[in-house]
Amino acid sequence: MADIAENTQAATDAMSYIERVAAKSAQDKADGKYAQFASIKDVGVDDGVARLTPERIEKTINQVLRGECGARMRAYVQTCVHCGLCSDACHHYLSNDKDPKYSPVGKVKRTIWKMLEKQGKLTPAECREAVVVSQTECNLCRRCQQFCPFGIDVAYMIQTVRRICHKLGITPQYIQDTCHSHASTLNQMWVKDDEWVDTLQWQEDEARDEIPNIRIPVGKVGADFMYSVIAPEPKFRTHLIYQAAVIFDQAGCDWTMPATPGWDNSDMAMFTGDFETMGRIKKAHYEAAQKLRVKKIVMGECGHAFRSVYDVGNRWLGWKMPPVPMVHSIEFFYELVKAGRIRPRELFPERVTFHDPCNTVRGRGLHEMGRYVANAFTQGVVEMAPNKVFNICCNAGGGVINCGPPWKTKRVLSNRYKAEQLARMKDQGINTIISPCHNCHGGLEDIIHYYGLEMHLMFLGDLLFKYMEKPGAVE
Amino acid sequence: MHAFYALVSGPLVWAAFALFLGGSIWKIASLMAETKAKDTYVVEYWSWSHAFASFVHWLVPFMSTNSRRQPVMTVVTFLFHIGIVLVPLFTLGHLVLLEESVLGVSWAALPDSVVDAAAWIVVLGCVYFAWRRLTLPEVRFVTSAADFVILLVVAAPFVTGIMAYHGWGDNLLMTSLHMLCGEIMLAAIPFTRLSHMLTFWYTRGYTASEFGAVRNVYDW
Repeated sequence: MADIAENTQAATDAMSYIERVAAKSAQDKADGKYAQFASIKDVGVDDGVARLTPERIEKTINQVLRGECGARMRAYVQTCVHCGLCSDACHHYLSNDKDPKYSPVGKVKRTIWKMLEKQGKLTPAECREAVVVSQTECNLCRRCQQFCPFGIDVAYMIQTVRRICHKLGITPQYIQDTCHSHASTLNQMWVKDDEWVDTLQWQEDEARDEIPNIRIPVGKVGADFMYSVIAPEPKFRTHLIYQAAVIFDQAGCDWTMPATPGWDNSDMAMFTGDFETMGRIKKAHYEAAQKLRVKKIVMGECGHAFRSVYDVGNRWLGWKMPPVPMVHSIEFFYELVKAGRIRPRELFPERVTFHDPCNTVRGRGLHEMGRYVANAFTQGVVEMAPNKVFNICCNAGGGVINCGPPWKTKRVLSNRYKAEQLARMKDQGINTIISPCHNCHGGLEDIIHYYGLEMHLMFLGDLLFKYMEKPGAVE
Repeated sequence: MHAFYALVSGPLVWAAFALFLGGSIWKIASLMAETKAKDTYVVEYWSWSHAFASFVHWLVPFMSTNSRRQPVMTVVTFLFHIGIVLVPLFTLGHLVLLEESVLGVSWAALPDSVVDAAAWIVVLGCVYFAWRRLTLPEVRFVTSAADFVILLVVAAPFVTGIMAYHGWGDNLLMTSLHMLCGEIMLAAIPFTRLSHMLTFWYTRGYTASEFGAVRNVYDW
């Protein structure tokens, strides 16, 4: 008997990672975890729904759909031929065993179509479904738009549902809290003004142990560029500011960070449909750069903030393109590496894979630049499939991870498809994923941990910081 | 029966063309006016070069990623749409009637056998689409009765046309029904989901512009 037990143990160990994901998924189904999605409680949603009145629901929905929306929404709704060809684009649909209610058009049916059909007269329960669909079952990743023969912008439609839910006051609590922070402090994480500058000084102090002459220039007027980050960097990932400072310093950049509000480029208000707050925080961000008279803004490795600054916030403020030239770190690092201003001291010892953030590929086409940098500092990038502009989302983006702990299990289980994709890479011996986006890291970390994939995540900045030549560094 | 024929071959033809042309103009004009008033993004970011590239990639089979993933649907859809455009415009009977009644000019017709085959393809295409709606869960979930009515509206003129051409059933009845069905379909285009014939260019072109001109990626 002892032999059999040993063999069983050996067989378990020999399981490939893709098999591990399958086994975990089978266990989740047996445990009824997918079925529990329907009973998730969220104070923001449930208390908000309890306060709804039929008049308010009808008035709000019609105000947005008839008042704010126009030809685009009408064309999208009337053009859709209900062919279902968008379904395979969606990781929620693919991860939930192709349950049609999670397909892009299925989600539009459960929200927009219902609102139009009933002329805004939804029940509170239907409003609850609308907020759950729009805030937790869609990442606004726009992959379905590439699958639709008509190019219908499902993300725009779901975003409109979020706006309606915002106006109804039924947005999930955690993401609503970040919006309150945006509205009160102009940053996402309730970081106080003095804490921000303190944090920069602290990171400068830390960095001086390594590079004695390094500065984090705060509020320097006329620098070449302003570096802006998302508020979770000073709050949780402070070392990223340290790393960026070292990279810029050693590349000989003339740079600065603002001392005043506007330093945070993130934008959860965009993702709840609170466009008024979005406009305020984007204005503060652009104005911070304008007051410093910098030539451009360089943004940290974040996807959603890039979408907000490059593509969305500017439009709300009436700027066709951002009023200050701006680039994502991917592009900036690419320029530095290509110009030879940053050189690898040694290479990362392994091959890596590259996870594209939706907002930097479908939002800006930066996939090749990201690979250029990753290839220059590693043993080479091994591609996932699908990838680049057809990447599969991490399921954290679009504000989904910001809906917080109540929705975490649903979020992780609804991206089993990504776990399978990562597991196939792990089975090929790839241990490291490069991904230039905080939200992607958050989402992928959860998936890696949950499915036991034993993979490691890195930002491009992590890679550069660790493996670049640092002429100014002391031993 | 002759009165019925006189109706469908006379006043109703005028009515159908008036509804089709007038409705299409109204549809496009109202879309443009509303775009100008409320959706200025479409105008501001419109890029003809990206729109045109996108039209080509989505109209030519297998040039878009999703069309390569769905080969059967791609082939059926392509042939179906070709048939729907070719058959009405290049059937000898249609051309003769149009020339003698109003236009006074004509153009080369396709051989009867080709038109017949194309008509069959349209009908079989409708059958395929109906089968998809009934059997594929992701399509069935978003299908309502209206979607089947649209398929019937499209299939009817082709079914009756085939019957009239082959002499199946009473010839005058079939011809009259064929005319009626054709008129219903024509008149329905601007007012139903069939208007995607008009709005495809708008949604596709705008998406192509946003993807190509603003975000530097292709949308196929």
